[in-house]
Amino acid sequence: MSGELKESPLQAAHEELGGKLVPFAGWNMPIRYGSILEEHAAVRESVGVFDISHMGQFVVTGAGAEGWLDGLLTNHVGALGDGEGHYTFLLNEGGGVIDDLILYRQEAERFFLVVNAAKIAEDFTWMRGRLVEGVELEDRSEDFAAMAVQGPEAVAVFAKMLPGAELPPRNGIATISHGEQEVIVCRTGYTGEDGFEFFCPAAEGAEWLRTVLKSGARACGLGARDTLRLEMCYPLNGSDLSPERSPLQAGMGFFVKLEKGEFVGRDVLARQKEEGLGERLVAIQCLEKGPPIRGGAEVVSESGESLGNLTSGTLSPSLGLGIGLAYLPVEAAQIGKEVAIDVRGRKVPAQIVKKPFYKKA
Amino acid sequence: MNVPENLHYTTNHEWVSVEGDIATVGITDHAQEELTDVVFVELPEVGRSVSKGEAIAVVESVKAASDIYTPLTGEIVEGNAAAEGDPSLVNTDPHGAGWIFKLRVADPSELEGLMDAAAYRALIS
Repeated sequence: MSGELKESPLQAAHEELGGKLVPFAGWNMPIRYGSILEEHAAVRESVGVFDISHMGQFVVTGAGAEGWLDGLLTNHVGALGDGEGHYTFLLNEGGGVIDDLILYRQEAERFFLVVNAAKIAEDFTWMRGRLVEGVELEDRSEDFAAMAVQGPEAVAVFAKMLPGAELPPRNGIATISHGEQEVIVCRTGYTGEDGFEFFCPAAEGAEWLRTVLKSGARACGLGARDTLRLEMCYPLNGSDLSPERSPLQAGMGFFVKLEKGEFVGRDVLARQKEEGLGERLVAIQCLEKGPPIRGGAEVVSESGESLGNLTSGTLSPSLGLGIGLAYLPVEAAQIGKEVAIDVRGRKVPAQIVKKPFYKKA
Repeated sequence: MNVPENLHYTTNHEWVSVEGDIATVGITDHAQEELTDVVFVELPEVGRSVSKGEAIAVVESVKAASDIYTPLTGEIVEGNAAAEGDPSLVNTDPHGAGWIFKLRVADPSELEGLMDAAAYRALIS
């Protein structure tokens, strides 16, 4: 990645809040404001707010929109009602993941897509190249400031932000008028906690962030976002998802509807289902306290044979133990199987566990 | 930022305090603040001979591992087991209870290459 880093509409606010800014997916984004552990705990125990303005937003409209999207995405677009959304994958012809995204049906002929920052251009080019008559695709990424309000007290923050407005149900989307403004609220997140993602005109972002903070949310950076999502085993595209691996190999079969009909990559997925996956993304948890395990570290069997490498890894603040994800040969990818993670030559004992790592008490 | 006067400093953000021929080494207040949330400390083995500039210990935060370089040549006489057991000591008391290791100094003249508090303060300001 080279060239100028993009700045969030909330950049000035981050600096005011003492955010430590680092390059992420071509953007200069806050990795933390204070302690990552405290920001993590705020989301698990009360409520935190993340700037997600770097993420992309596409709008797809037209009479043919639903059918066209169903031919490009793995989940069943036709199953969505107005105001509903779901997690889904955009695949290449080989069944590998271009992007994971959330698709919302705002109306019968209007869909709102939230895509990964690093993939905005690639997704857009891919989709535009497959456009058909009766469908319009628009990249609206520059128009919005976006934040994710996450944690058990997120609902209370929403009530203070937009008194009288109704928070949509889980995975739902609502467009809410606020004075002259229209804001979009989606009941989703990337932390495993209740919460919502909030999209407003870019110029209004800083003012909304102030409101969210005043309403009790703690500013949280991408560092805590990563530990929170990894505790839930939510994959990060570019690390745990790649153009070489299918969502079935990533353990995301729930979001793949082979029976819905043709879509890009379907043949390969159907074949994998029939002939076997080869490799599967598993959750690996350390057996004892020790050095944090990190993406790239080698996973070895009890007999010392190399099984693969971690695609993500961190210290779980909630568990106090190292956690990570790795693609392992299906023969080795058995829950309960003991493995070791190589950390600077030291073999850290670990075990394949059921997903997710963190379960709410 | 706390930069105690009586310590020596390195450009790698370690501090050194010397008593007799024993040097105690830790990371500075500035370093712990940059790292935040120290979650793991890997200590050097007692008895190991180390050369100035060698990476001999590791301090890890949630996001990253940082090598600790010995500022002096000598022999390791102790690692801080308390910091190994409770790595947050490195955050809460970096110049005190959060020290990392002690070594027997082989060549006291190496101390002359380290910074004093004023020079270190200038480095981090």
